[in-house]
Amino acid sequence: MFVFLLRRLLQACIVMLIISLLSFVIQGNLGDPVRQMVGQSVTSEEVEKIRQEQGLNDSFFQQYGRYIKNALHGDFGESYFYKEPAFHVIMAKLPATIELTLAAIILTIVIAIPCGVFTAIRPKNLASHGIMFFSTIGLSTPIFITAILLLYVFSALLQWTPSFGRGETVSIMGLWESGFFSLDGLYHLILPSISLSFILAPLFIRLIRSEMLEIMESEYIKYAKAKGLSSARVYFIHALKNIMLPIITIGGIQIGNIIAYTILTETVFQWPGMGSLFIDSINRVDTPVISAYLMVVGVIFVFTNTLVDLVYGLFNPTVKLAVKDV
Amino acid sequence: MKGLYFVLTLMLATVVSSYTMATHATTINTQTISTKATSAKTIKIALDHDPISLDPHEQLTEKTLQTSHLLFDPLLRWTQDNTLEARLATHWRNLDAHTTRFFLRDNVTFHSGNPLTVDDVVFTIERLKKSPDFKALFDNILTVKKVDRLTFDIVTKKPTPLLLNLMTYVFPMDHQFYQDKDRVLKFGKSFASYNVSGTGPFIVTKREQGKQIDFIRNPNYWDTSSKGNIGRIELTPIKSNSTRLAALLSDDVDFIHPVAPLDTKRLENTANIDLITLLSSRVLLLQLNQTKRAEFQDIRVRKAINLAINQQLIVDKVLKGLSKAAGQLSHEQFMGHVEELQPLYNLDQARQLMQEAGYASGFRVSMITSYGINAQVAQAIESMLAKINIQIDLKAVPAAQYLRAIDERSTDLLLMSWLSDTQDSNNLFEFLIACTDEKTGFGAFNTHGYCNPAIDNMINAANEELDQTKRRDLLQTIEKQLAADAVFVPIAWLHLSWAAKRHINLHTIVNNQNLYYLGDTVVSD
Repeated sequence: MFVFLLRRLLQACIVMLIISLLSFVIQGNLGDPVRQMVGQSVTSEEVEKIRQEQGLNDSFFQQYGRYIKNALHGDFGESYFYKEPAFHVIMAKLPATIELTLAAIILTIVIAIPCGVFTAIRPKNLASHGIMFFSTIGLSTPIFITAILLLYVFSALLQWTPSFGRGETVSIMGLWESGFFSLDGLYHLILPSISLSFILAPLFIRLIRSEMLEIMESEYIKYAKAKGLSSARVYFIHALKNIMLPIITIGGIQIGNIIAYTILTETVFQWPGMGSLFIDSINRVDTPVISAYLMVVGVIFVFTNTLVDLVYGLFNPTVKLAVKDV
Repeated sequence: MKGLYFVLTLMLATVVSSYTMATHATTINTQTISTKATSAKTIKIALDHDPISLDPHEQLTEKTLQTSHLLFDPLLRWTQDNTLEARLATHWRNLDAHTTRFFLRDNVTFHSGNPLTVDDVVFTIERLKKSPDFKALFDNILTVKKVDRLTFDIVTKKPTPLLLNLMTYVFPMDHQFYQDKDRVLKFGKSFASYNVSGTGPFIVTKREQGKQIDFIRNPNYWDTSSKGNIGRIELTPIKSNSTRLAALLSDDVDFIHPVAPLDTKRLENTANIDLITLLSSRVLLLQLNQTKRAEFQDIRVRKAINLAINQQLIVDKVLKGLSKAAGQLSHEQFMGHVEELQPLYNLDQARQLMQEAGYASGFRVSMITSYGINAQVAQAIESMLAKINIQIDLKAVPAAQYLRAIDERSTDLLLMSWLSDTQDSNNLFEFLIACTDEKTGFGAFNTHGYCNPAIDNMINAANEELDQTKRRDLLQTIEKQLAADAVFVPIAWLHLSWAAKRHINLHTIVNNQNLYYLGDTVVSD
């Protein structure tokens, strides 16, 4: 276990190094950050002076070397727009994104498991056809269309839900701004989390359905049924638990997609999280924030994949982490 | 298990205490407002950006000026019908061609409690001359001389006909408050970008950059004759056009800007919402890079391009009839505006000119524009020029890359817009037409490479000409010369659009420079 984690840590470092290099290469093509900071009538002489001061005229390797050196000291540079350390800016936005993602994941689990199991055990039922139909639509509609549609219907037309932002947040021990503990915050979560889960739930409904269909044919399920076990126990304990491995694997991979989708969802709902921060930073060529965001997302990827590997063991004790062979 | 209970209790306790704290904070706020003005209203505004800084001299943009009008007061300001109105300067008179004497309003105090004196004005203008964004505008001011506590003389290097226009940019800052902490910093934290002491009608109470700024009314505001009854402003940036609109429709905000052209139809038919679109003096034009393309050096080709583009069609179809087709740079309120210069469209003549120039089979050029509505106009131009066989490789890029393309003059065709900082034609000529000069900043956005010393002389002369008739002559001659040389293709003067709940009385707020004086706004019940 320890060796496994240590190896993961080493991999993470290599991943971080590659991400930092890539993000630096891309930045050269985003445009001039100084031009973004000045008004229209500034002379090119003034712009040149600021570029010089900021070290933007140094060679690529000089700039990259300086970046890595500072990063090793925990300094990811200062955001041009927020005028604060880029890392702090991102950490301040992280809770909003994590809560949104968490809400969407909970919604997905609550919707996908019952629907997936139901469509598998009652494939001929009219409701099953309905579920499958909606899952096809959900899978094939781009998330920003779903989001704008929800916004238009429930905010603009019906005025049931708030249209933007996070609402009232509650500070937990001064570390975490949470929207989970205020009614207003929960109210603001409804639309963004639904539109995020709109893209995830269909995928998992289909996955659970096909896995369930397959496993229902296996001998041990037939035996369990023959033994007279309650159908709930057969479906949810014997069958569902055994199809969890592929679902967790796909779930782990989907974490990456969720991060990508939060960028779109947050932009539509003006959700003050990392995703909208990233888009804004690209538009403003706020390079320190862009690099720091990519690094943080890299860490999230490595972390969730490690977590997924650890969770395997919980569902199937025969899965061994790469411990014994070392 | 016990540990878990402990954690849960702790979380519960935090939640409960933060709730109490939140309620407490709101009570304090309502109290302060209700004691000052019983009828004070709250207005919630959603704009596409929030200001980058609270420092009025950090960036010369619309957003900075809008914020400055809340937190500070200018010496003079523009009224809704574009005339100048006295604010902190009560009156003024010319002493000679180089000197103007200004008289300052008495009994004005800053938010800090310090009284406003000439020292603050001197401090402010000196600071403006150091700001990278503003120094070009204030370059012509030699010194500000203190006469007495409330009187000062402004001495200019050359006679300056637009001195009063310039004074709308002078928002006196509290020199005792900013003393020794007055650096203008573009990158990094400066004192002035987070701390404010102005004379303005509002005070910042909370600022979370990119998320929200809250203002409350300044209880000691000098202008007691103002009937403004807004007690509290909550300003939120909402980037996406459709979300901003939804926020207005769902009652989450009271006032939005901008409104996408596509949505204006819908809003016109919505009860309880006012929509106003005004023509601004921001001009959209297509620059033809003569330095990069030999074809554009031929005046027949430039004329053909001018004739092939149908400005009116672009305005009707792409800009939904809200903007105005342009046949020159100067907006009709500007001195240089020439009534006869109307957009021309004649496809046959354009084809004939191309044939005469030897380009009947056309050529291929690159074109760059920024995202948004400009990109849609660019697509229309692309199909119009295809009719005279000019093929365009169109690229729409984010603002930062677009500005780089301008700096490097790296594109054949460039669609750009420009707003005159001084509400005068000459600002357009200086930046877009004059020969490029790195030192003075003249011609910084001249990407067509047209350089005419005769026009440069006229621009310089107009900058010093105090006689209004002669000055008008000069500016109009330049405009006519540009049209005769078909240097660029003027496309349209763009519009601004706002929407608000009816009780906000939107028509009393907006003007075509997009500056709001919310301190004087009267909101109905």
